Amino acid sequence: MATAQLLSLTGVSKEFPGVKALDNVQFDLNEGEVHAIVGENGAGKSTLMKILSGIYKKDAGDVKYRGQSVEIPNPYEAQRLGISIIHQELNLMPHLTVAQNIFIGREDRRPGRVFLNNPKLNDEATKLLAELELNLDPKAIVGELTIAKQQMVEIAKAVSYRGSVIIMDEPTSSLTPAETESLFKIIRTLKAAGKGVVYISHRLEELAKITDRITVIRDGQYVKTLKTTETSIPEVISLMVGRKVDQDQRPSNRNIGSEIVMKVEGISDRHLLRNVSFELRKGEILGFAGLMGAGRTELARAIIGADPRTEGKIYLHGKEVKIKQPSDAVAAGIGYLSEDRKRFGLLLIQNLTFNVILSSIPRFSKFGWLRIKPAAGVTRDVISQLRVRTPSENQFVKNLSGGNQQKVVIGKWLTRNCDILIFDEPTRGIDVGAKDEIYKLLTKLAEEGKSIIMISSELPEILRMSDRVAVMCAGRLTGILDNKDANQEKIIEYATKFSDELSVVH
Amino acid sequence: MSDDLTTAGQGEGGSKVSAFIRREIGRVAALASLVVIFIFFTIMNPVFASWANVSGGILMSTTVIGLLAIGVTFVIITGGIDLSVGTSMALVAVITGKMVMAYELNVWVGILLGMVVGGLLGAVNGILITVLRLPPFIATLATMKGAQGLALIISDLKPILFATDVKGWDQIAQGNIIPNFPNGVLILFVAAIIGSLILNKTVLGRYNFAIGSNLEATKLSGVKVNRWLVAIYALCGVYVGLAAVVITSRLGSAQPDLGLGYELEAIAAVIIGGTSLFGGKGTIGGTIIGALIMSVLINGLRILGLQQEWQYVVVGAVILLAVFGDNLRRRRAGDTTV
Repeated sequence: MATAQLLSLTGVSKEFPGVKALDNVQFDLNEGEVHAIVGENGAGKSTLMKILSGIYKKDAGDVKYRGQSVEIPNPYEAQRLGISIIHQELNLMPHLTVAQNIFIGREDRRPGRVFLNNPKLNDEATKLLAELELNLDPKAIVGELTIAKQQMVEIAKAVSYRGSVIIMDEPTSSLTPAETESLFKIIRTLKAAGKGVVYISHRLEELAKITDRITVIRDGQYVKTLKTTETSIPEVISLMVGRKVDQDQRPSNRNIGSEIVMKVEGISDRHLLRNVSFELRKGEILGFAGLMGAGRTELARAIIGADPRTEGKIYLHGKEVKIKQPSDAVAAGIGYLSEDRKRFGLLLIQNLTFNVILSSIPRFSKFGWLRIKPAAGVTRDVISQLRVRTPSENQFVKNLSGGNQQKVVIGKWLTRNCDILIFDEPTRGIDVGAKDEIYKLLTKLAEEGKSIIMISSELPEILRMSDRVAVMCAGRLTGILDNKDANQEKIIEYATKFSDELSVVH
Repeated sequence: MSDDLTTAGQGEGGSKVSAFIRREIGRVAALASLVVIFIFFTIMNPVFASWANVSGGILMSTTVIGLLAIGVTFVIITGGIDLSVGTSMALVAVITGKMVMAYELNVWVGILLGMVVGGLLGAVNGILITVLRLPPFIATLATMKGAQGLALIISDLKPILFATDVKGWDQIAQGNIIPNFPNGVLILFVAAIIGSLILNKTVLGRYNFAIGSNLEATKLSGVKVNRWLVAIYALCGVYVGLAAVVITSRLGSAQPDLGLGYELEAIAAVIIGGTSLFGGKGTIGGTIIGALIMSVLINGLRILGLQQEWQYVVVGAVILLAVFGDNLRRRRAGDTTV
């Protein structure tokens, strides 16, 4: 089969303030081919796809489409060239029909260009769906379809632009195995029609089934392109992880007692979490690793009662506690530090004192009246103890840097005297220097006897900080490793155990 | 940025005059406009500045809207809104009137009753918003219509006359504990001071700002947000009840159809006073100044002989100017949080 080259990228680079997101990356795609891009969280996969689909502009490098150098300044140009992207989060209008969604913005109008020509729209959609062998009613309301069918609508929409490149970003992340199979059938139809598919997935075992080639990127850099038939999952994982593990820092040997502070038993929720159980010891940092969407944040929110659980019990010091809402968790001494500090952690338009005492206001009041002076005093203590860089406790929190904002949130929970702290991505959005300070602070807190759950998507951070590493995949806990047994390869292996037959390992 | 670094936060610290002005610039600007408008009308017609006009004309006509506006300030600082205060006031007036007449209650019990009934109506709003999770706009739109209807039903469409039957009821607003100073105005000022203390010195006030700044973060900090929201809407209702008592005292009757439209005047006063509709920021002092600006304008324009329809247009323009000026000032200060 003579295949023409559809896409060829060479030397593509993209820099964001302070981060080199892509550095000299290459990639190519042929007609009738499915080419996967894999890499860890933050490796640069989405940045690359956003450059291809015109959402970001590349800083350097060359993109050739059918042999011609092209610029893709915006999404319209990408579509005009014939590059369509199906995002992980579907971009459909739930109240419109299948046909209306497919042709949104390109509706046929009746003569006079005022009224829509719905019958023609439906006819065209019917033809398109038949061509793709999709069993969908063009008049069905999209919001009433299953996620899998909605995704088919996205695919039909992508194909309707009559482009030749279709990018799929984590298309199977919310599909059942049967639905995944039917997606693969559609992909094969597209292949047969000579389209090129760029396939992004965390599910490595899928790659063998559907892809022709696999390109690995790591830390924004091109690593290698492999023929699917000539490689194996372990090889792909080792290329994804790359770094020499012995370079990474590990926690110094701390003496962690056997005292179990918190026991979580069989937590499930309506959407994702399935029967998650673990124990947290006094003075321990328990890292939670996993891919995006593995359910780590969901687990934290379920534990503190921010989202409903369908099942599961929580024991503190051996006694069951009922946690139905966040105030119950706080009363029990569990503090949650969200990954999204600005949305879930801080009162940005208020000052440091206000933020630091927010969880402990009853302690700073008498008969309903606030006592500002002790509150300001405690805040000054927090500022000096955590080395918050601020002119005074009256500073608005929005004027602080990310690292200092994080310290304010930590100060809030220390003021509340929480014994258990759940840190969700404690160093996200914090620059490198401040990261070290946060690490030292976490270690110090653990040494003082606080028990810490640390959710992180950065494996070096997990390995550096955690006494034990819990790994989650698709809402289940797939393994708990002692730090000395843990390495990046093992964590990735557990983090990609999507099949159900694997049991929980302790 | 150095300016920002010295800016003091809500309600504490900042003893320096410059820091005070920077922190309170919204209120300072509102107060300055009030003074300028006042001087303008005085120059145009000295009668305007006479005590008779100031107390009887301007201050007295601010009492009802002012009390409602204090209540609404609490709600708006949570990031919510209360459209029901006007018609709730009519409903409280009618219920209180009926009870006072039926059980021959004395004035003090009557006042207390009005505030309790108002508080209960406010709590209903709070429950609709927290338990049924209705948006405040929708919940209070519904109770606004409900209260309007119930006031008419309970009163059988007829005003309830107090004046001759309840001894001293007229004195609540129109008497003079302080010579030459109407009690109604005294009630407004005392209620404003109490409101300001609640907002700035109590736990409730602190949670009020916290909820308006970031409801989710407040909830995750362990605050029982729903309970406090109900309390805040109930507090708003207490002020509505007090407004109902004052308006019945001034009119000598409970008018079941008087109240619709007052909610928007109250909200306008709050906004002119510099409270952010997005929540988290606001002062009672600003609200009182906002209410006074509106009364001064209406009163002054009337003295100048401007027709009522043009008075409305001017008030509309003032609302636009006040908010636009606030936006400009904020944008210059680099404040992007709206």
